[in-house]
Amino acid sequence: MSLVEIENLHVSFRTDEGTANVINGVDLEVEPGEVVCILGESGSGKSVTLRALMQLLPKRRTTISGRIRVAEHDILSLDERKMADLRGPTVAMIFQEPMTAFDPVFTVGTQIVETIKRHEKISEREAEARALELFERVRIPSPKARLKNYPFEMSGGMRQRAMIALALSCRPSLLLADEPTTALDATVQIQILLLLRELQQELGMAIMFVTHDIGVAVEVGDRIAVMYAGRFVEMGSTREVFSRPAHPYTKGLMASTVHGDMKGQRMKAIDGSPPDLTRLLPGCAFEPRCGERIPVCRQVVPAIRTAGPGHTAACVHVGAPAKELA
Amino acid sequence: MTDTTATSTERPPVLLQVDDLKKHFPIFGGALNRQVGAVQAVDGVSFEVRRGETLGIVGESGCGKSTTAKLLMHLIEPDAGAISVGGEEVRRGRRGLREMRRRMQMVFQDSYASLNPRLTIEDTIAFGPKVHGVPVKVAKQRARDFLAKVGLDPNSFIRRYPHELSGGQRQRVNIARALALEPDIVILDEAVSALDKSVEAQVLNLLMDLKRDFDLTYLFISHDLNVVHYVSDRVLVMYLGKVVEVGPVEMLYTASQHPYTRALLSAMPAMDPDKRATEPPLAGDPPNPINPPPGCRFHTRCVHAEEVCKLKEPFLTRVAGEGHFSACHMAIEGSGHSQAPQRVAA
Repeated sequence: MSLVEIENLHVSFRTDEGTANVINGVDLEVEPGEVVCILGESGSGKSVTLRALMQLLPKRRTTISGRIRVAEHDILSLDERKMADLRGPTVAMIFQEPMTAFDPVFTVGTQIVETIKRHEKISEREAEARALELFERVRIPSPKARLKNYPFEMSGGMRQRAMIALALSCRPSLLLADEPTTALDATVQIQILLLLRELQQELGMAIMFVTHDIGVAVEVGDRIAVMYAGRFVEMGSTREVFSRPAHPYTKGLMASTVHGDMKGQRMKAIDGSPPDLTRLLPGCAFEPRCGERIPVCRQVVPAIRTAGPGHTAACVHVGAPAKELA
Repeated sequence: MTDTTATSTERPPVLLQVDDLKKHFPIFGGALNRQVGAVQAVDGVSFEVRRGETLGIVGESGCGKSTTAKLLMHLIEPDAGAISVGGEEVRRGRRGLREMRRRMQMVFQDSYASLNPRLTIEDTIAFGPKVHGVPVKVAKQRARDFLAKVGLDPNSFIRRYPHELSGGQRQRVNIARALALEPDIVILDEAVSALDKSVEAQVLNLLMDLKRDFDLTYLFISHDLNVVHYVSDRVLVMYLGKVVEVGPVEMLYTASQHPYTRALLSAMPAMDPDKRATEPPLAGDPPNPINPPPGCRFHTRCVHAEEVCKLKEPFLTRVAGEGHFSACHMAIEGSGHSQAPQRVAA
């Protein structure tokens, strides 16, 4: 039984410009203890996927269909109270900007203790001891004093560690990480990535890690799922996807990621820009920018096909249809 | 690789010369609101840029790289230091600044905030030339020409407003605006950092084409070491308001001398699932620039730090290669650091 099962997820938002179809049929399974990186550019729907798992999308403007199961709970049918019970012990989330995850008028320690007591019947003192242990675990220097800090008194890297401590305070089996290192400096980013990987192994939790940075995805992911215009266009083990990218978008993304070896050469950029989600055309959403397009790409959304062992891509040029092989 | 600082007859002239630039932002506090300290944003920065080269400036947040750019444009006034463009020191006062800004233009990270939302794209680009006395008709024609040069069709873009454009398109407009004054130097302050990877590559290609076509000189400021490696001829590394290392790009990336540069380089993701990092190269966050550590500002995070590093501030010293300088006691002869080169007895 997978820890996370997402089936045919569709999410759309009502906006002033019309209905934006942000997620257009997403299927994903995440096993316990697995790290899945969702890689995509802005507007691809990667953060919305995570937020749907936590029921964090604005209810009045959002239409969701499909099925989401996390640890055998049918997320989309839960009421607010039952969902609040799951947030913490089953699924927790960390964000790009820790300042918005903490309440600025309470100390960080108070907020962690409060979270633990909301979910577990333990005394104040026990909860405080757990908070201290968490701060030691995420390696915040002088943890005892730091628990008494307000969020603004901490540096960026330290706040990110404190937010991880908060997220782990009820020992979740699934951690959702939404670009948690994007706002950090390079030397701090690598510290946080290594910390997350270490904690993930120690605690055996699964992580769904959203990023726009291929380098970060390669650094943390067991599997990579590449997202474009609300669909997964490619999925597979990090090694497979990185060494044998199958979808033209993934290939383009890798070719347009700068590194020093390309010095003096022209970058192979992908032409154009991502589609307007309020006016999605039928067919493959990447078709207008794709160098390998053929007439059929405009007509139908390509099926998921097998590109290699445990490696799929939604492109007509890729190997065999996944369903026939299975 | 071109060694831009090698002494040869073909060396292009120095276009931008910066000497001992300083900017401290005062901090007020206490009951009487007196000055209680100062953010030493830029503290004695010197460098030169030769015609046609691209100097990359890298460093983490708070290192002073953007403040340096703003000081060069006189968007904020330096406390001390001299800036010369094309061999002439920039004069204070409106006329001096106007002349300097004709020769040096800047592109910012936030493509939306740096455009006036009430001006059409045409008016945005023609604004600079008009201020500099170009007749309106000519300025408008220039706007059309430069829009085409940055890859946007003038006929469909000229009447639009910034909010109607995507991030990549807006950044192209910002580049066109900077070029409309036909400057010699363009300062690119994190100009591609907010763009998606696929669009970033397009804009980098554009910047390279424009540099060639208009014989431009770039000051390329970024936190992204991959992008800086790609575009730069020489690279300058900053840490807490100081230059810690400067040198030709390949030398700096393959044989960096300063421990901070090495840490910065090894913090880059490996881009290889079989070569993942196991140890972070540095512990902790960069210290607060309000009260930078005494001596070498990096000594609190440096694995090689010794007594001398806490006491004496290291100065930029020539290291192994031509034009390669590092501000580290390990490179300074007879500095007192155990790994420093020993002074040869006379």
